[in-house]
Amino acid sequence: MLRTFTCILCPQGCEIQVELQEETAATRDRKITGNRCPRGAAYVTQEIEAPVRNIATSVLVEGGELPLASVRLTRPAPRERLFDVMGAIKKVKVAAPVREGTVVINDVLGLGSDVIVTKTVERGSCDRTVKP
Amino acid sequence: METYDVMVIGAGVVGSAVARELSRYQLRIGVLEKELDVGCGNSSRNTGMLHAGFTYKPGSLKAECAVEGNREFDQVAKELGIPFSRTGKLVVGFTEHDRENIEKYKAIGERNGVKGMRMIDKEDIARIDPNAGGEFAMFVPSSGILDPMQYTIALAENACMNGARFHFGNRVTSIRRDRASSLYQVVAATAQGTCTYQTRWVINCAGMYASVVSAMLGYPDYPVKGFKGEYYVLDKKAGAFLHVPVYPAPNDKGGFSTHATPTIDGNMLVGPDSYLTEGLEDYKVTKEHMDGLFADGRKMFRQMQRDYFIRNFAGIRWKRVDPETGEVLDFLLEADDAHPNTVNLVGIESPGITCALPLARRAVAKLVEKEKPKPNLHFDPVRKTKKRFLEMDEAERAAAIAADPRYGEIVCRCETVTRAEILAAIHNPLGVHTVTGIKNRTRATMGRCQGGYCQTRIAQMLQEELGLTPGQVRYSKPDSWMFTGRVREDVVNGAGKEAAQAIRAGMTAVGTDDQMADLASFDEGRWD
Amino acid sequence: MRKVDVVIIGGGPAGLAAAVELYHKGIRDILILEREKHLGGILRQCIHDGFGLTRFGETLSGPEYASRFVRQVQALGIPYQTDTTVLTLTPQKQIYAASSAGYLAIQAKAVILAMGCRERTRGAISIPGTRPAGVYTAGVAQAYINLQNTMVGREVVILGSGDIGMIMARRLTLEGAHVQGVFEIQPYPSGLARNIEQCLHDYQIPLHLSHSVTEIKGVDRLESVVVSQVDGSLCPIPGTEKEYPCDTLILSVGLIPENELTWMSGAKEDPGTRGPEVDEHFQTTVPGIFAAGNVLHVHDLVDFVSLEAEELADGVARYLPAEGLPDQPLLVRGDGMVAQLIPGRISGKEDVTLSFRVRRPVRGCTIELRQGDKVIKTIKKPKALPAEMLRIPVAAGLLDGQEDLEVRVLC
Repeated sequence: MLRTFTCILCPQGCEIQVELQEETAATRDRKITGNRCPRGAAYVTQEIEAPVRNIATSVLVEGGELPLASVRLTRPAPRERLFDVMGAIKKVKVAAPVREGTVVINDVLGLGSDVIVTKTVERGSCDRTVKP
Repeated sequence: METYDVMVIGAGVVGSAVARELSRYQLRIGVLEKELDVGCGNSSRNTGMLHAGFTYKPGSLKAECAVEGNREFDQVAKELGIPFSRTGKLVVGFTEHDRENIEKYKAIGERNGVKGMRMIDKEDIARIDPNAGGEFAMFVPSSGILDPMQYTIALAENACMNGARFHFGNRVTSIRRDRASSLYQVVAATAQGTCTYQTRWVINCAGMYASVVSAMLGYPDYPVKGFKGEYYVLDKKAGAFLHVPVYPAPNDKGGFSTHATPTIDGNMLVGPDSYLTEGLEDYKVTKEHMDGLFADGRKMFRQMQRDYFIRNFAGIRWKRVDPETGEVLDFLLEADDAHPNTVNLVGIESPGITCALPLARRAVAKLVEKEKPKPNLHFDPVRKTKKRFLEMDEAERAAAIAADPRYGEIVCRCETVTRAEILAAIHNPLGVHTVTGIKNRTRATMGRCQGGYCQTRIAQMLQEELGLTPGQVRYSKPDSWMFTGRVREDVVNGAGKEAAQAIRAGMTAVGTDDQMADLASFDEGRWD
Repeated sequence: MRKVDVVIIGGGPAGLAAAVELYHKGIRDILILEREKHLGGILRQCIHDGFGLTRFGETLSGPEYASRFVRQVQALGIPYQTDTTVLTLTPQKQIYAASSAGYLAIQAKAVILAMGCRERTRGAISIPGTRPAGVYTAGVAQAYINLQNTMVGREVVILGSGDIGMIMARRLTLEGAHVQGVFEIQPYPSGLARNIEQCLHDYQIPLHLSHSVTEIKGVDRLESVVVSQVDGSLCPIPGTEKEYPCDTLILSVGLIPENELTWMSGAKEDPGTRGPEVDEHFQTTVPGIFAAGNVLHVHDLVDFVSLEAEELADGVARYLPAEGLPDQPLLVRGDGMVAQLIPGRISGKEDVTLSFRVRRPVRGCTIELRQGDKVIKTIKKPKALPAEMLRIPVAAGLLDGQEDLEVRVLC
């Protein structure tokens, strides 16, 4: 069976074809074509065996100049667990200041990936009301 | 129960003008408006022309009020602090039939008392505006352009400053006269439930709902016909090409098809076309008519191109018609003893902006004749306004920022609106708190990016300044919620429920604390 | 009036990269003017990852990509002023800007335009219907959700398959909204293939090509949209209407370079890009005013914005000493398949990188560069998509310095 994948690792978005004998066939037996770099082959292998994705979202910040700090995973997590990961992230609240790179959840759900802050949020008020 | 001397129903340009003219007297004045701001109906859905009055039947109320309203408008604009330009108007023709029609209306205009109209040739047209089409034209020097929404807001704010109270989000559902007290009980539906107001007088300024309110007052449910027209709003880049409104020759009935009109803010309007509609608030725009406008607009404005489009809108002229013949009838302003203490205004359509104050004076005269109220010695016809940052020169800008640093923060880039100006709009005297309310007061979001940069900032400022939750922010209409709540809730404080409730509850309360204090002072001999 | 060598208008990816590169070229009298409270531009709200693979060899979120440059600007001590909006730019390179700290008047020797772009709106594409709340451009929805912590809706339809639209489809889904589909008027997607995969397919969001929203319904809040299939000339096909109940419509229908100040300075517009016409030094038709990034032409990747701004810095550095650059007499033109071609003029004596997009997707094409009758370079591409910006370096040695340069896409 011929399956086509769109590689998501870079903006090239290579269309990669794989000839699958059986779903369980070992990697080395697969014929992979269309990838412009070796990472494409690795991606397809991962896709067949256990697709992983990164996600980006936000956590609540208390006492910050912004109400939210953006976060992402340090390494992709299993695709079917992304909504569970979101559930864990939604519960997080951090106090400002919070720095880019700060780990807000260590090894989220035991998936081997940390949730890190991607935007520094200084202490302050996001409400800039100045009464005349 | 709140009690008034006069309740005005409808806060369009006519209702606002009536409230303002009433506030010259010692009266407790209320205004009920179903929307969350003034001028949400056809008062803001038109070309923004100050008409000269050359197409209306001599002797009609339309003709009389249009000429009167036109003559006084320089003074009115000055008092109310609104931008206005007496640009004149070109009525252009291509055929001999056009010429006949133009000549016919020139004669009518002269009978109505319109001054200075003259026929001009192609060279004269080019001198007045090189981008206008037409083989010959009538030039009408008294026509002008204004922002109808700014005008309505100004009338309402001036009324409010002089003591009138505006209740938004109040849709009148019934009016009944209590025989014992001779007071009218006006019942209105609001987001919080039913509200009843008592009043000695009722003035019907309900626009497209005027016939409905007319029936509530015991007058006939006058038949009306909706003539809908669609518009394109063009970028200021296009507006720079045209400085004078250009109308095609009127048809045999005195109607104009699609025209190109510069707006007072420097944009351009192309439209309206005209077709019948049944829906009282059928403001949707349609592909068929947009395509038609594009084709027709090109005849009037040769540089028209799709790149200039920034927005579309529609308005409806609800004309009173003879039920037998279908003939369009004049404005109706009536008050009689069979319907004591009421003034009924029906079929007020174009030129309603031009006629608003003259009509208001005639409506108020009915009350004054009967009641002889004392003048309001505190009445101030002048609404103080500040020069827009956009219109300041470099030195004035520097001075404005030095005096108030909030002038240094540009919230709307396209229209150069500052934080200071947005704040002033948020704290407007009428207590209007919608995003479009801020837009109509400042022009923020009206530029070519249509709020892409500033709408998020305005939504945030509304929340900050008024202490609203995201769920309480309204775009324009009573249930026009913008947010379902927060993305991330502080679970501990459980703020989420509040937002959800706010969405269900609809709008926020009307009136500011200041207004409540003002009302209280009525009873303390404020007018002595 | 204050005097500054180089004023950079906009502290987003283009402005920041230009500033750092200028500094490395020995130029110190720089001032970045940024209208937001923070440097970083639109990247601050683009919290998704996938940035930086070309520029840094790793994948970063938008805020992280921006902060790489912000940190350099701060470490090098390059002067910048945030919360400052430039309002006037004259042909003589006088700049007036508003800030709460005061009104600025600056005379610059050179100006770098780096204002980025804005989104096309509902009005620009004339969608029929009513005007309820709940119609947002993708970038506005992104700002509400990622910056302001406000959720825009629950039942969502997305018009346009631009990258931000697809990224917002995923973002909204992750935050609990239901995205019913993405509708694209063209017969091909306008965003990158990877985003179709990871933003739509992953979340079972259907992409409907050759479809458009033909009516918006609802009075207070959006209630539904009518979607129709379109024919080859993009006109709705009667009878194909389908109504989707929804409370939110997200528009991702294109980006337009934000050039209000550019036109104020008298620079000439390039009708192909809707940005200013520039030469190989990224100089506009007004001497000393340069432009790079999305203000010039809409890029597919921020990495190329940074690279372009760095190339621009070279031109500015060469301009400053004599306040002038050598003539650029040769025109660069594309055939009917070539869109958004940059630059518009070259000297024909120096290395130059052309960038452009194809007008429609093609498989197996040849890009041919010609001067007169002479083909100076050909490149074979297995496929080319309008979603991707193509960059073609041309060595000075290939150019004859005499004839205009023509770009052809043969397929």
